[in-house]
Amino acid sequence: METTSRQFKQLSLDALANATLQNSLDGVREIMPRIRTAALAERGDFEALCDRAQEIRDRAIRQLDTHLEEFERRVQAAGGTVHWAATGEEACQIVVQICRDVGASQLIKSKSMVTEEIELNDALEQDGFAVTETDLGEYIIQLRGEKPSHILAPSLHVTLEEVAETFVEHHDIERSAPLTDATEMLAEARSIMRDKFLQADVGITGANFLVAETGAVVIVTNEGNADLTASLPDTHIVVTGIEKAVPTLDDVGVLLRVLARSAIGERLSNYTTFVQGPRRAGEATGPENYHVVLVDNGRSKMLGTEFQDMLRCIRCSACLNHCPVYTAIGGHAYGSVYSGPMGAVLTPAFAGLPAAVHLPNASTFCGRCEAVCPVRIPLPSLLRRWRQRELNARPATDGQRIGLGLWRGLNRWPPLYNFAVRLAAIVLRSLSVPGRGGQRWIRRLPLVGAAWTDFRDLPAPTGHTFQDEWRRRKS
Amino acid sequence: MPDAEDSMNDAGARPRGRVALFVTCLVDLYRPQVGSAAAQLLEGAGYVVEVPPQGCCGQPNFNSGDREGARKIAARVIDRFAPFDYVVAPSGSCAAMLRVHYPALFPEGTDERRAAERLAEKTFELTSFLYDVAGSREVAATLDASVTYHDGCSGLRELGVSRQPRELLKSVSGIELREMNQPDACCGFGGLFCVKYPQISERITGSKVRDILATDAEYLVAGDLGCLLQMAGKLERDGHDVKAVHVAEILAGATEPGD
Repeated sequence: METTSRQFKQLSLDALANATLQNSLDGVREIMPRIRTAALAERGDFEALCDRAQEIRDRAIRQLDTHLEEFERRVQAAGGTVHWAATGEEACQIVVQICRDVGASQLIKSKSMVTEEIELNDALEQDGFAVTETDLGEYIIQLRGEKPSHILAPSLHVTLEEVAETFVEHHDIERSAPLTDATEMLAEARSIMRDKFLQADVGITGANFLVAETGAVVIVTNEGNADLTASLPDTHIVVTGIEKAVPTLDDVGVLLRVLARSAIGERLSNYTTFVQGPRRAGEATGPENYHVVLVDNGRSKMLGTEFQDMLRCIRCSACLNHCPVYTAIGGHAYGSVYSGPMGAVLTPAFAGLPAAVHLPNASTFCGRCEAVCPVRIPLPSLLRRWRQRELNARPATDGQRIGLGLWRGLNRWPPLYNFAVRLAAIVLRSLSVPGRGGQRWIRRLPLVGAAWTDFRDLPAPTGHTFQDEWRRRKS
Repeated sequence: MPDAEDSMNDAGARPRGRVALFVTCLVDLYRPQVGSAAAQLLEGAGYVVEVPPQGCCGQPNFNSGDREGARKIAARVIDRFAPFDYVVAPSGSCAAMLRVHYPALFPEGTDERRAAERLAEKTFELTSFLYDVAGSREVAATLDASVTYHDGCSGLRELGVSRQPRELLKSVSGIELREMNQPDACCGFGGLFCVKYPQISERITGSKVRDILATDAEYLVAGDLGCLLQMAGKLERDGHDVKAVHVAEILAGATEPGD
């Protein structure tokens, strides 16, 4: 997986300086927790539902091979073909080949994070196919040549004004008045897409779940575009990750309930579609050719490791919406199509830790992600595991390793520790100046201390330690 | 029991047990009055308070991925605090380190693991100890002022500390508790995060400060000194008069700035 996660520091500074992005992120921070809480409140048993969801996903992942093989048999029995792709490139080649085989030229797609992950559009366009995204957010960022900044709301970073500019630039429409109204923009996109839907030779969708017992692919959208993508063209290709398998239809019922509430604060998403193979004899509509491409691309390597819990993820985005870091910098700063806490765990697994070393480190470990995760992924613990791997890979001469070693040593020798703290209390006190409310403050520190005082003041210590005070009191 | 005489509670009843105060390295260095306030509250609730030699709980090592270093620090803390009936910390995050994370640092089935689990069971954050274990429902303090309470992340989500500090704060005579928008949102401190990614940290604190100011409260109260240093530093830098104090200081009636 290609990422720009190495540039996290610079990308996050850019994001912090982007006023319109900050405005959108403030909206996420304010609104999303509120609507999720409201949606949970009307269902008293949400926590119990999450316990079941976790158990279902755990069971699914533990016997992933069995479920996937059963799913494959059912798809084959229904007349479809299942393809296994070990890598993203392999998956792209498979899709390109299918499109060539059916003599396609126009392709439509509904939203799929896996196809973003494997950069399928690039591969298809390089091969001469014209691809149109049909999820409105994906369509907007496709026109703008951008990556998604949120796994559910890919164009979260784009303002209404920017959408208008983009449409005016790309849509060949005679205009008598400037484009300012959102409803008008929507109608414009819809009319353009309508033609694309009718002309397309191949429709490509993702999948939210793969049901082993029936072979159904479950696709959830709020716009209904996946239904048109899956049913109008002659060929339907599902591209999805191997971890999406679940054992039974009943399991899907539980997962759909926690998914919509966690994602958008609704009981259900607008459209939930079960796709079960190509058009059957006697059916008037539906594709003639039906393919499911199961993408591994680093997932099976997580099985049996401390990161296996991450494969439970159902991509609801609650962890992004509740993350103080995500809502401060947005998705693009992560340099990966997967952002927020889930992205900070997944990206090192998919792209390699050296490429994504900042992501697990850029977390306050506030734990809100784990608290809102409907399948109870211990995200902070997994981030900490990445930090552990990263620290151990550093040379013994690394500054942070030395610092942590000194801190550990200091804490094992109380007299030395007390001396150091006493000294720090005196030195810091001597650097302080009077401020508000009779308090003394440190305005400026050198070296690593500047990372604090460049951004906030530091309350001054009183100049003596509690342990000294206590000893005096007791003697 | 040592010190039993001068540590008896007001009623002169027999001490209810020996509490080791895990004062935390930040309180030790920055704000000793929080440690004194915590000791006063615990003694007032009828416990004998002792302060064994101590330093950091090991969170900087643990959260930086230095599991081995954290384990070594933990082994020391477990040794020193094992003899007491209870271990109480005026910090949700340090108490959570002892209570939630220490046991997992040692392999299952080992003596070290069992010792860590025994320590975990008797370790508490200050307000939850006072409310849940000691059964305190009110304190003797007075404060004629409005306060707003920030939930420290570890205390809230790893220890369930939420109701206890609020109930105790409401019992302070003259106090008005004003809830801020999203009191459970992170303050941006995050341990070493605040100096590794200071700009992001500052932005998160900026949102927090906005929510604090919207309450128009005179005091910002929290149960963790890390959060308080972060928020106080930002409030001061931006020129706001809100006083940031530890919940123990309010409950003990010791809210004069310790300058």
